[in-house]
Amino acid sequence: MATVTPAQTAERAQIVSRARTVRRARSLTVIGILALAVFATFCVSLSLGDFKIPVIDVVKTLFGAGDRATEFIVNRLRLPRALTGVLVGVALGMSGAIFQSIARNPLASPDIIGVTYGASAFAVFAIVTLGLTGAAVSGLAILGALLTAFTMYVLAWRRGVSSYRLILVGIGIGAMATSVTSYLLTKARVEIAQQALIWLTGSLNGRDWTHVRSMAITVAVLAPVLVYLVHRLRILQLGDETAYGLGLHVEGSRLGLIVIGVLLAAVATAAAGPIGFVAFVAPPIARWLSRSPGPAMVASALVGALVVSLSDLIAQHAFGDTQLPVGVVTGVVGAPYLMFLLARANRVGSGG
Amino acid sequence: MENPVEHSLSAENLAVGYDQREIIHDLSVRIPTGKITVIVGANACGKSTLLKTLARLLKPSKGTVLLDGKSIQQVPTREVATKLGLLPQSPTAPEGITVADLVGRGRYPHQGWIRQWTKADDEAVAGAMASTDVLEIADRPIDELSGGQRQRVWIAMALAQETGILLLDEPTTFLDLTHQFEVLDLLVDLNKEDERTIVLVLHDLNQACRFGDHLIAMKDGAIVAEGKPRQVITEQVVHDVFGLAVKVIPDPVAGTPMVVPIGRHTTRTDRSETPSVNPAAAALAASAAANGVCRPTDR
Repeated sequence: MATVTPAQTAERAQIVSRARTVRRARSLTVIGILALAVFATFCVSLSLGDFKIPVIDVVKTLFGAGDRATEFIVNRLRLPRALTGVLVGVALGMSGAIFQSIARNPLASPDIIGVTYGASAFAVFAIVTLGLTGAAVSGLAILGALLTAFTMYVLAWRRGVSSYRLILVGIGIGAMATSVTSYLLTKARVEIAQQALIWLTGSLNGRDWTHVRSMAITVAVLAPVLVYLVHRLRILQLGDETAYGLGLHVEGSRLGLIVIGVLLAAVATAAAGPIGFVAFVAPPIARWLSRSPGPAMVASALVGALVVSLSDLIAQHAFGDTQLPVGVVTGVVGAPYLMFLLARANRVGSGG
Repeated sequence: MENPVEHSLSAENLAVGYDQREIIHDLSVRIPTGKITVIVGANACGKSTLLKTLARLLKPSKGTVLLDGKSIQQVPTREVATKLGLLPQSPTAPEGITVADLVGRGRYPHQGWIRQWTKADDEAVAGAMASTDVLEIADRPIDELSGGQRQRVWIAMALAQETGILLLDEPTTFLDLTHQFEVLDLLVDLNKEDERTIVLVLHDLNQACRFGDHLIAMKDGAIVAEGKPRQVITEQVVHDVFGLAVKVIPDPVAGTPMVVPIGRHTTRTDRSETPSVNPAAAALAASAAANGVCRPTDR
């Protein structure tokens, strides 16, 4: 090859940096629009209810310029629920993005592989058998998620963890946890079973500041760690051998990412119950919007927040007096996507 | 592109295996610096295992791999990645990733704890893409590319690592003949440009002879013969390694050894045509014509 002049080098570097800038501009735009959409949904959800408040007053109140009555309704009554919804969505979106990128498979999300089922089984055990409520149920749900994930990781280990085994083992453990849940429910008295069932659908009803606090702390602690690890996730996506070749500590990075993903899903489940399909649909939507081959972590978090907030808005207000748990609405949105994905995977022959 | 410093890669008394099954037993080898080394052998002879062990993907149960005289397991893996690049046999790319993005990920070992992309990264990526001739398709998603283009993009990713040593595991396996030669010619260019040390596993003995400076023939986890193609590829060695009777004649294009297998059904020539010339020579001429893609080498 002929010798390269500095001008040529600069020109070539220009092509590369331009390609990168275009990509980044797109994902920044998507993130901006999503953030606006989340904020808008958030404000609308604060304005609706038995006592309707104009959105403009809601915004004023949020920035500390509302009158007493509005402030009480917005900040005391409606804000905890809305904030919990947003934070749960953020956590689920990020958790899904982590799992799907690690496994290089859109089916691998904490609500498809066992993690949330494990949390549910423990929570139902807490409600039905131990007669616990509130924070104790949440604590056991987190414990359940962690134990399930640990079992899954150990069972899937064979000279390192392959993503395919992780998914299969996860689905198996999920099925076991579900049968435990069903068994507990059949043994329970009707009123208690109903209470457990509401928890199992995933609901934001009656969330208070303690939920907001636990979610906010979790997200605030884990998000910076994730910023540090997300770079490694992009390398893990290239497959284990390439990642080793690029000098990545593959098993350590994967374990660290799984731990974060599980914690996010566990705390979110503890706060609002297993809101189905959010972790599953948010990352693909985010990747599609930003045309990103990477994990699209921020966009996934925002899509997660948007899906939960919007679903809760629909669940609360779209059906007149009947208020549905938010999980019903996310299920209606998510289940068809799962079917679409399975049908498509079989058609292109990349099932599993 | 910066000039890679001289690196040395060797292995001493290696034993490697998966689980209980040992595949390589007591193998020592020295990879010649600045040359193209080709590892050949029958299926399951341990050639990929050797390559993966040299790339520290597999940990030997006995013996050591030495990179610049130091045990490769002792050196931080990220530092190794700035000296030695690897292209696995079937690498996976995330759906929808563009050429520039994928090649850019090869910069990982050169970047700090928190991703800081610098001008040097842009230049390294651009250089790697220019040498593999993929700069024009920088914005294309790699799912849309042909097999040969895709392999060149992966090689560009390994090049963006800016390593003095490049290991490739069967880089031609899923390619048609034209693209196989395209990739192999590219490797020769890369070897000549920066005196890069290149080690690759190949199935085709004739390609190994033509493109390799140094050949390593393996059987049952041990090295049977190594050296220049002319020394290694003899009728005896090929028979020992592959259990196949062959004739070795000079390659009419490059002059390197060419292996012509003698199967059980070798005498199926149409006898009604009176062979005015030597049938072997006629067959050779025909094959040379068919292989019009091969260009004469000066090697």
